[in-house]
Amino acid sequence: MTLWLIPLLPLAGAAINGLFGRRFSRKLVATIALAFTAASFLWALVIASRFLSGGQVPIADHVATWLQIGDFRIEYGFLVDQLSMVMMLVVTGVGFLIHIYSVAYMEHEGGYYRYFSYLNLFMFFMLTLVLANNYLLMFVGWEGVGLASYLLIGFFFRRDSAANAGKKAFITNRIGDFGFLIALFLLVKNFGTLQFADLFDKVAKYSPGAEVGVGLLTAIALLMLMGATGKSAQIPLYVWLPDAMEGPTPVSALIHAATMVTAGVYMICRSNAIFSRAPIALTVVAIIGTLTAFFAATIGITQTDIKRVLAYSTVSQLGYMFMAAGVAAYSAAIFHLMTHAFFKGLLFLGAGSVIHGVGGEQDMRKMGGLKKYMPWTFWTMFAATCAISGIPFFAGFYSKDEILWQAFSSPHGSWIYWLVGVITAFMTSFYMFRLLFMTFTGEYRGTIEPAHAGHGSHDDHGHHGTPHESPWMMLGPLVILGILSVVGGYVGVGHRFENFLAPVTPSVLTEPQTAGLAASEAAALPAQQPEPASENSGLEDELMAISILCAFSGLGLAWFLYVKRRDLPDKIADSLGGLYTTVLNKYYVDQIYGAAIIRPLINGSRAILWRGIDAGAIDGTLNASAKGAQETGGVFRRLQSGNIRSYAGWVAAGAAVVVIYMVWMGTR
Amino acid sequence: MLETVLFLIFAAICVGGAINLVAQRHPISSALSLIVVMGSLAMVYLLLGAEFVAAVQIIIYAGAIMVLFVFVIMLLNAGEEERSATGSRVAMVLGVPGLLAAAVTTGWVLTRHGIASTPVVIGEFHGTAHAIGRLLFHEFLLPFEVTSVLILIAIMGAVVLARRGE
Amino acid sequence: MVPLSWYLLLSAFLFASGVAGFLIRRNIITIFMSIELMLNGVNLAFIAFATVRHSLNGNVFVFFVMVVAAAEAAVGLAIIIAVYRTRETLNVDRVNLLKL
Repeated sequence: MTLWLIPLLPLAGAAINGLFGRRFSRKLVATIALAFTAASFLWALVIASRFLSGGQVPIADHVATWLQIGDFRIEYGFLVDQLSMVMMLVVTGVGFLIHIYSVAYMEHEGGYYRYFSYLNLFMFFMLTLVLANNYLLMFVGWEGVGLASYLLIGFFFRRDSAANAGKKAFITNRIGDFGFLIALFLLVKNFGTLQFADLFDKVAKYSPGAEVGVGLLTAIALLMLMGATGKSAQIPLYVWLPDAMEGPTPVSALIHAATMVTAGVYMICRSNAIFSRAPIALTVVAIIGTLTAFFAATIGITQTDIKRVLAYSTVSQLGYMFMAAGVAAYSAAIFHLMTHAFFKGLLFLGAGSVIHGVGGEQDMRKMGGLKKYMPWTFWTMFAATCAISGIPFFAGFYSKDEILWQAFSSPHGSWIYWLVGVITAFMTSFYMFRLLFMTFTGEYRGTIEPAHAGHGSHDDHGHHGTPHESPWMMLGPLVILGILSVVGGYVGVGHRFENFLAPVTPSVLTEPQTAGLAASEAAALPAQQPEPASENSGLEDELMAISILCAFSGLGLAWFLYVKRRDLPDKIADSLGGLYTTVLNKYYVDQIYGAAIIRPLINGSRAILWRGIDAGAIDGTLNASAKGAQETGGVFRRLQSGNIRSYAGWVAAGAAVVVIYMVWMGTR
Repeated sequence: MLETVLFLIFAAICVGGAINLVAQRHPISSALSLIVVMGSLAMVYLLLGAEFVAAVQIIIYAGAIMVLFVFVIMLLNAGEEERSATGSRVAMVLGVPGLLAAAVTTGWVLTRHGIASTPVVIGEFHGTAHAIGRLLFHEFLLPFEVTSVLILIAIMGAVVLARRGE
Repeated sequence: MVPLSWYLLLSAFLFASGVAGFLIRRNIITIFMSIELMLNGVNLAFIAFATVRHSLNGNVFVFFVMVVAAAEAAVGLAIIIAVYRTRETLNVDRVNLLKL
């Protein structure tokens, strides 16, 4: 099965556009990029249909062997099973839609071919990540998406803030990758392989409860978690995501909403065999996820830049996914990942449409009343906002509710997770509707800026007189994603999604011992249905009611503060004073990192490593050895004195030594 | 008995000549003392029965080489040796004492060793021209021929080096 | 009867004097003559051992030594003449153009 086509088609597009795009017309560049992405998407659909119709037997493609060192073997191999099928379709599908959107959005920007080249490159790496059948190839994709993210965040590289944001993203990711790499080393050392199939079989043989086994697996899991927090912007490594909004808006939609940031979640779910056997690690995952979700939501309430609000919202929703993974509800996490790709992608694209329509303005305080100028954008964003807030019958409702239920009821779960999750859901609903109302309702508060000559600032498209709707090429993807935000949740109704993913991510209620059995064996087991005793489903319904209530109250509060009594928010902000400022400044986390970590590191490097070791020790040693050679030479130079008698003296002395030695040897 | 006395006389002359060579200031005096040393050495060779070598010593060494030395001294009008400020510390500190040490050690060892106390008796053993000639043209033929080449080279070298430059 | 050691001591003395003269004297011709003295001392040692061992190889070797000494004296004196012509001095300390 030629699975390798799926990643490699975008790579070809990236190469062609990257190498030759400079000479192509914009139309040609766009056509090439879209063609390869569409081809990849179509082929992915073909593979998916073959998979589904072929009894859901995993499709493997062993292209070549990459490394073979004794028994250790890594191959260029791809695997389509239930989990990677979902990811693959999300990545190619949403990616394709965003490519279409970008064609119109980036119309007036410079570096057109560069943009599409990078975007295709990103698709290549992301698909490698999700389709790989071993950790090392996945890591290649992991690093590659970080690279693509850096390139795209810093796309407007002439702007200092963009360049710095790109650097920040890459460096923060690297810190996480360090943990991931150590985890890989531990895996190789203890299990001797990184191929998923072999590895998970071996991990299964570690009986849960054996002290040594659990300690090692916990360490590996925690290190992997470190990598995931970097890539998926969780505490403590989330700081790069808000800054990443410097990139073009489609980039934010694709990379920082739908696909790249979900790589961490995917990785944890793929490694569920390890995590399920390390309960401590699972708890850490859940705590981090819950904390991040709450924390980011509080910041999101105060932000005024439309993209920043969405960025913190992404961090918060990723927190939900981590919370789900942390209670071993992996399928719920993937489900939310999928719906999140739809509605968050839509929200970002919609924000891009808004920004495009008002000529580059991103501050919501200067927007308002855009509903009449941009109806399509408004209605699609409305659908997405309902989805993210958990309004019933929209996609997000099903996935978020599943997570909250699992957080409450799973053996690894706890009511605390559920409570924090519900409060966060209330806040989510509040700030998302706040965004919607501030942007689209009321009177227009902004001024369109006159046409700029260059293309330096933000995504500046302003040379139209009044706010206006976007072209169809931008609206089309919005509509499609809007439809998906509504219907996308129905695949998860009942336990269909969970059962679908069960061979790969065992249901949270199955015993861990069955995890790691070959897929066929697990499927042969009588499906151990969770005990849906009547009182259990009754509890589930009660909890669902509470979360619906929270969603609507968030909507209500937002309507009250931003439609009815618009003067109130400022008064509340003033009365909260210091607390409000702290939250507005993102709890000063960046400054804390700067003072506590970055500045000591730089100063330490400068003082110790640069001056002390490099200039002092290494250069010093070199200079000292050179000087030593020089001085030794200077001493020996005196031998060549030009004075004949001193030569004679040396000869005589040498001869004397030789004679004495020979005589002495002769007498022995 | 006679042998011992003769040896002592000629050895004393040798020693005196050697010391004189080193001590004299004018090179011509040193040259003359060297001739004296060579002459008495020839005598000592005779005491050891090396007739041919003694003759060659007088003829070649004292008669040709030293004459050459005297020619050159007179040609160059070498005067008394002047006092020179720049000596060589190495020569004084290392060379002379080192050499003295070597000499003393060698001497001490030589006089202690068994063979050194054997009296030298010529007996029937003489280094006659006949015997040496036989050796030269049989076992040492190759070195003999090579030395003739060597002399040729020396002649050419000397001629070239001593020419007045054009 | 004269013991061998006396001959050898005489030889050593001549050699040592030659080296001493070589190191102490400043006139280059005198230095040369000291070299000849050294060679003579060595010749004596050869002859002495040849007689003790009843072997004429020592005598032949002395013969060769003399030949070489002759060649060396010729060439060396030619060099001294050449040096004298350029440097106008026979003082070996003055021939120091290679000095540091």
